[in-house]
Amino acid sequence: MSHGTNKADKIKEISGVNPLKCMKCGKCSATCPAFDEMDIKPHQFVSYVLNDDIEALANSKSLWKCLSCFACIERCPRDVKPGKLIDAARQIVIREKGADYLKADEIPALLDEDLPQQLLVSAFRRYRR
Amino acid sequence: MQRIGVFVCHCGSNIAATVDVKKVVEIISQEPGVAHCEDYQYMCSEAGQAKILEAVKEKNLSGIVVCSCSPRMHEGTFRKAAERAGLNPYMVEIANIREHCSWIHKDMEEATEKAVILARAAIAKVNLNAPLYPGESRVTKRALVIGGGIAGIQTALDIADAGYEVDIVEKTPSIGGRMSQLDKTFPTLDCSACILTPKMVEAAAHEKITIYTYSEVDKVTGFVGDFTVDIRKKARSIDMDKCTGCGVCQEKCPSKKTPSEFNRGLNTRSAIYTPFAQAIPNVPVIDREACIKFKTGKCGLCEKVCQAGAINYEQTDEIVTEKYGAIVVATGFDTIKLDNYDEYAYNQSPDVITSLELERVMNAAGPTKGHLERLSDGKHPEHIVFVQCVGSRCNDNRGKSYCSKICCMYTAKHAMLIRDKYPDVKVTVFYIDVRTPGKNFDEFYRRAVEEYGVNYIKGQVGKVAPQSDGSLLVQASDLLDNKQIKLKADMVVLATAIEPDPSVRRIATMLTASIDTNNFLTESHAKLRPVESPTAGIFLSGVCQGPKDIPETVAQAGAAAVKAIGLLAKDKLLTNPCTAKSDELLCNGCSVCANVCPYGAISYEVVQVNDHGIREDRRVARVNNALCQGCGACTVACPSGAMDLQGFSNRQIIAEVDAICR
Repeated sequence: MSHGTNKADKIKEISGVNPLKCMKCGKCSATCPAFDEMDIKPHQFVSYVLNDDIEALANSKSLWKCLSCFACIERCPRDVKPGKLIDAARQIVIREKGADYLKADEIPALLDEDLPQQLLVSAFRRYRR
Repeated sequence: MQRIGVFVCHCGSNIAATVDVKKVVEIISQEPGVAHCEDYQYMCSEAGQAKILEAVKEKNLSGIVVCSCSPRMHEGTFRKAAERAGLNPYMVEIANIREHCSWIHKDMEEATEKAVILARAAIAKVNLNAPLYPGESRVTKRALVIGGGIAGIQTALDIADAGYEVDIVEKTPSIGGRMSQLDKTFPTLDCSACILTPKMVEAAAHEKITIYTYSEVDKVTGFVGDFTVDIRKKARSIDMDKCTGCGVCQEKCPSKKTPSEFNRGLNTRSAIYTPFAQAIPNVPVIDREACIKFKTGKCGLCEKVCQAGAINYEQTDEIVTEKYGAIVVATGFDTIKLDNYDEYAYNQSPDVITSLELERVMNAAGPTKGHLERLSDGKHPEHIVFVQCVGSRCNDNRGKSYCSKICCMYTAKHAMLIRDKYPDVKVTVFYIDVRTPGKNFDEFYRRAVEEYGVNYIKGQVGKVAPQSDGSLLVQASDLLDNKQIKLKADMVVLATAIEPDPSVRRIATMLTASIDTNNFLTESHAKLRPVESPTAGIFLSGVCQGPKDIPETVAQAGAAAVKAIGLLAKDKLLTNPCTAKSDELLCNGCSVCANVCPYGAISYEVVQVNDHGIREDRRVARVNNALCQGCGACTVACPSGAMDLQGFSNRQIIAEVDAICR
């Protein structure tokens, strides 16, 4: 896996996915419950990453319509897992907004007995620069 | 000191593009013991070999090093050349500067340095080489074929027609294999039984062929030309000489609830049964797990109705021991289990079936008498959906990474046959790629589309959901239209991946024949020795080697037969002289070598030795050269350094290491 500086490489790095393994069977799109809501369909995500067209992905409706149900991850026969690509694209967009959505200083105030620790760690990982 | 000739091959650009061949020659020429050194474009060619002959003569060489490709490729070639030049063939060493050097390096300087080091190691070894002389072993002129499907039958017929005795061992009660389960065959649509059963009869009637059905290979010992095999004839509970095959026992048997293996569990059979009407031999077996007599001691109805008095509940397994010169593996395939593919609802709905099950449904002798109907309610379907690549080309631990090769064609066949017989039935095929290379194959697929109106959609099926009205909701991609589609179907047919029959692992272990990660038997060379196992005397026929269709299987079966015949035609074989040898003065009789020997080649005997003037009786290891395969396990295990491998002695190996580390 390359660790290049362009956004497509970043997506590959975050997701751990090799989009070259895709053989365009369409099982992801066949299985996706949010398919009708999406402008860029799950199987097309793979091509957009391959073609380094991340701007289009970042501006797509699909990015926020994906339910993260993981059906495509579960059923992809080639271990390409478009759901992971979508998730990685979301992270890139969030990081690019420039703002820390969650600052380390703010965390103690958020601590709550009922809140699972994992949730905080995961939120912190995702929603910071 | 040897007088060594070193020959450095360019292999076109394979070696020369990465290794500075001229520089290797320049450096190696200075090595002590090297009396001649030159390079040539293709050492394996006639002109290249002539250079070896010439140099041996002119420079009076005693040993040869060829810096070229892997010894697996051309060691034999250069040994023969040395022999023609009057040298012992075992005075040749290969320095592998292609696979081990030029192919895996990019930097010329580094690769050249490594080539020089590899050449030095080979020179160090040749310095210690001594002439070796192969022994002789006899060839038993009889072949064993494991598996009685079309591959095994064709191989047996071809060997038998050449005049040699052949035994077929088949684990089920009848020969015929998977092909006997098929309805029609592509691309000509002729009926499978009509072309297979005459071959089954021919094999059974052939005076040179003995068929052991309901039998398994229990044990294999020996080596190429001289295998000894134990065949277990499982208790049939029927006297084969008395049974007339009238079939009354099967009619009267009250235990009729066992799923029929032949019909893939789509209907049931009796406890005493022949798998199908055209079975060969036409003698039933009693399934002792299902038989009431065997389970409770009561019943015995079959014995009462059998007019020939052929039923024998007391029969036991019988072991037949036979000697063979060659063994052909033809163990065939099965479809993979679909337990991990919940999305296709295979375990939830009887109307979701595999393609092999559809063969039985379409067959006049099958569970529906050849009528296309839903297995849940017997209704005539309006819409059938076919799904390709179910478990094939998968990288996800659920299926197989390879293409099963036959599915595109049999799916086109099924679709076409259904549209032909039932024009009212709508047929949709979901595919990823349609792969139809082969004579008249693509034309066949195009006919399904153009003449029979089969609807091919590029995209996979995501899920199949059984509905309350009994139909199946198929949700799939239409990638060319960029749509997700939902279809109502009455039946779904899954083109399920094929895998080698599970029995092959046990058989491969017994034969010491290698298998790959998918359990396919490995061929000796993917291109040049495709029907031979790397284990001498073992040949491969049919799908046990890799996915293939009937014409390819028959062609390969013939090829395997020719290779076996080539072996059987010889009276004697030369044995590999690179076998282990024990120095009785060093041996302390500890038995470690005998315990690690995979071939049972080491025994012990008491001999009188003269150890520095002291005579005494000692228990020492003795290697049977006919059984030893030269694996070297004993030489590593021996704690006293008594065991050595001829041609690969410890001294030679150390000398090579020293040369590399110099």
